[in-house]
Amino acid sequence: MTATLNPPEAERSEKPASRRGDRIFAGLARGAGLTILLALAAVFIFLFVEGWNGLNAEEATYRPATDFLGYIGPLILSTILAAIIALIVAVPFAIGIALFISHYAPRRLATPVAYVIDLLAAVPSVVFGLWGGRYLADLLQPVHVWLHDRLGFLPFFGPDPASPNGRSLFTAGIVLAIMILPIITAISREVFAQTPRLHEEAALALGATRWEMIRYAVFPYARSGMVSGVMLGLGRALGETMAVAMVLAVTPVATLNVIGTASPATIASNIALNYKEATPSRQSLLIATGLVLFAVTFAINFFARWIVGRNERKQAKA
Amino acid sequence: MSSTVALSHAKLPRWAPALVGVVSLAAAGLPAMLLGWGLFAWLVASVLLFLAALPGWSLVVEGRRSAVDRLMTGLVWSAFGVAVLPLVWLIYVVVDQGAQAINGEFLTYSMRGVIGDEQGGVYHALIGTVFITLAATVVSVPIGILTAVYLVEYGGRSKLARWITFLVDVMTGIPSIVAGLFALALVVLIFGPAFRMGFGGSIALSLLMIPTVVRSAEEMFRLVPMDLREASYALGVPKWRTILKVVVPTAIGGVITGIVLAISRVIGETAPLLVVAGATDGVNFNLFDGRMTTLPVFIYSQYAQSTPAGYQRAWGGALVLIAIVMLLNLIARLLGKLLAPKKA
Amino acid sequence: MAKSIDVSDLNIYYGDFLAVEGVSMTIKARSVTAFIGPSGCGKSTMLRSLNRMHEVIPGARVEGKVMVDGQSLYGPDVDPVAVRRSIGMVFQRPNPFPTMSIYDNVLAGSRLNSRKLSKADADDIVERSLTHANLWNEVKDRLGKPGQGLSGGQQQRLCIARAIAVEPEVLLMDEPCSALDPISTSAIEDLIHELKSDYTIVIVTHNMQQAARVSDETGFFNLKAAGQPGHLVEFNATKKMFTNPDEPATEAYISGRFG
Repeated sequence: MTATLNPPEAERSEKPASRRGDRIFAGLARGAGLTILLALAAVFIFLFVEGWNGLNAEEATYRPATDFLGYIGPLILSTILAAIIALIVAVPFAIGIALFISHYAPRRLATPVAYVIDLLAAVPSVVFGLWGGRYLADLLQPVHVWLHDRLGFLPFFGPDPASPNGRSLFTAGIVLAIMILPIITAISREVFAQTPRLHEEAALALGATRWEMIRYAVFPYARSGMVSGVMLGLGRALGETMAVAMVLAVTPVATLNVIGTASPATIASNIALNYKEATPSRQSLLIATGLVLFAVTFAINFFARWIVGRNERKQAKA
Repeated sequence: MSSTVALSHAKLPRWAPALVGVVSLAAAGLPAMLLGWGLFAWLVASVLLFLAALPGWSLVVEGRRSAVDRLMTGLVWSAFGVAVLPLVWLIYVVVDQGAQAINGEFLTYSMRGVIGDEQGGVYHALIGTVFITLAATVVSVPIGILTAVYLVEYGGRSKLARWITFLVDVMTGIPSIVAGLFALALVVLIFGPAFRMGFGGSIALSLLMIPTVVRSAEEMFRLVPMDLREASYALGVPKWRTILKVVVPTAIGGVITGIVLAISRVIGETAPLLVVAGATDGVNFNLFDGRMTTLPVFIYSQYAQSTPAGYQRAWGGALVLIAIVMLLNLIARLLGKLLAPKKA
Repeated sequence: MAKSIDVSDLNIYYGDFLAVEGVSMTIKARSVTAFIGPSGCGKSTMLRSLNRMHEVIPGARVEGKVMVDGQSLYGPDVDPVAVRRSIGMVFQRPNPFPTMSIYDNVLAGSRLNSRKLSKADADDIVERSLTHANLWNEVKDRLGKPGQGLSGGQQQRLCIARAIAVEPEVLLMDEPCSALDPISTSAIEDLIHELKSDYTIVIVTHNMQQAARVSDETGFFNLKAAGQPGHLVEFNATKKMFTNPDEPATEAYISGRFG
């Protein structure tokens, strides 16, 4: 929370604003801030009001399951599996790229690389979905077969046959990984660059190689920043809709197999896929699943930002 | 302790990485040619070979620590390479496929009455995108800027200001589909379950846009030097006029840049619009009644048809969308440079 | 194990900028050599070039020769990592690794060099180094506590212990007392006196009394004007330097400071 570190105007504003213009303007500004808080509260309230019916509707609403938990269970499983795949793939790359920008790349290369990674964040998710469904899935299909042949004894890669077109949770996870790469990279890169010069030199002066210096000085210092970057990435992976909706071939049968012919949709993509033919009660159900998604991602983001903020406060003191 | 100083030990020559690189490419090229691998597999094999060979050589000559260091350096460089790969490929595909779909008709016709393989166009989606995004901008910019003013000029260290800052950060992580559901819930509650309107999409987009606008405007206002404000107070100018006449004009370049970037972020949003604004084949100029298609939703619905013609249109739409997003990014950068306050 | 250092015609560049020009000197083994001079005269850069720490800044390079025990520091097959292992360094501000305990801080260098360190060997190194740094009695009951919990002077002695734990040939100190109070400063100066019997020590200091107190020989660096490269004005025995220097510039600087 950089905002709290450097308040230029705090004291002045404590005094009563005598003029009418000042009062009105200050009220407007404050009102705008309150609007944001209200909007956030409204999101919770409206989703709750509209989704409430979805929690206890008639059994038929939950087809093919019979109650809310049965309906959302497979969706949660897929959501988590896809997010885990995304994190497993994205985190090492993101940290590698962040290190590249902060410690390895020649300075002339570091800035353009950072810019290219930001460009990756600017590509709309629907385009990622289009590309993932039409191209990446084909490219990764042989990987599915390979994983199934070699590691088919694991529940994640068998026993059902591998997807013939690559439109699996695995491919969706890879697309998600590419999409969350920029945020994890951005946060890690920032904390890596903030490592105190003194600690880096302490390691180098002991005769550490560059990698040993990073292990001794950079990683311990950046640990909590990296954790919050990963959590922000996780929040995005859980909530991303279109890329998954466009890549994944969907059946409502829960399975751990991430390379099979079909998996349940994720919570978010399920909403996008089903909103159209929804009856009012079905609509409530979808909103209820959205409420669950919101609660989870809100908690994750809240916690991640809290870690970031705590770090900044600590540094402000030091 | 040795009595002689051991400063130098065996070291790989400076050209070792280059040599290993070339050898790896060649060595992987042999099976690639024999077994008919594609370019991609050849490159992957070469990189893996390189990552094994150079540290291996280093391990023999230079020892474990240097070998680990070389391995990590290699991994970090290849991480960078691998990350750039999908971006380049994606942009190549979009341009290559999209260019085949785009012509004058594509940009000026809607999809109304288009059957089968007839071409159709994105005109209605362009209109929808412009209307909905503009409306979202109109909603979020005043709220965003005023909030930033509050945080910088009035809030100080107050509890409210701290909570707003924190929750604005948290808000940047709200899944877009949730914003869409919120707008849907709002519209449904007021107008009934079957009602759809473009403005609902604007509400959803505003929710996603406001945090970005607040953060960038806040950052810019904080950069305005205290001296400027004090100079204005010293002339007897009231605070609100100081903010309007001094602070905002000084920071305006950065603020506009931030707004344009925020627009480029939400203009590609699909899920919330799919949910609340719906999809239609025709042109709709009324934000407050009836379904309205935007470009991303157009792409998705054409993709969902799973026909060659549908895919073709989807790629055309994707190229238009990417072009708009990149253009907005470029404009933001240019504006940022042009409007930046001149440094003394 | 202490070694002498021969510097001849050393130029140090940052990119195109010549920071230090034409330095030649011989630093004797088992003695304390002090570098003094006004801010920006390149004495810290000079010190850092003795274990190639200045290369941390991109674009840094040197011309000329630095020989330690007859070996060039800048030879084509010399590894800067190996140089830093045998020429240790202590910095202006104490910088123990914040996430490590006192024990682990002392062992940081040794752990880099040998993969397996038996518990007995490790304990031995820690006790020996901390005793050598006059810190053992103060911290022996809390070796597992983080190094940053110590006072500034103790932290600096911990950094010295960390540097001597790998048994370097030479110990470089870059204004090691500038962030410390007078009592801690005097503890460090006493320590420097004791370490001199085993190590070649080079110290950069702002404080001329300190140079006079701890060093056997002194080099005075100066620059002609801002933006000009720093150069070595005079290199002499400390006693002679502070009583009867050869160069008038040295005399002016020293007497100016002494009032």
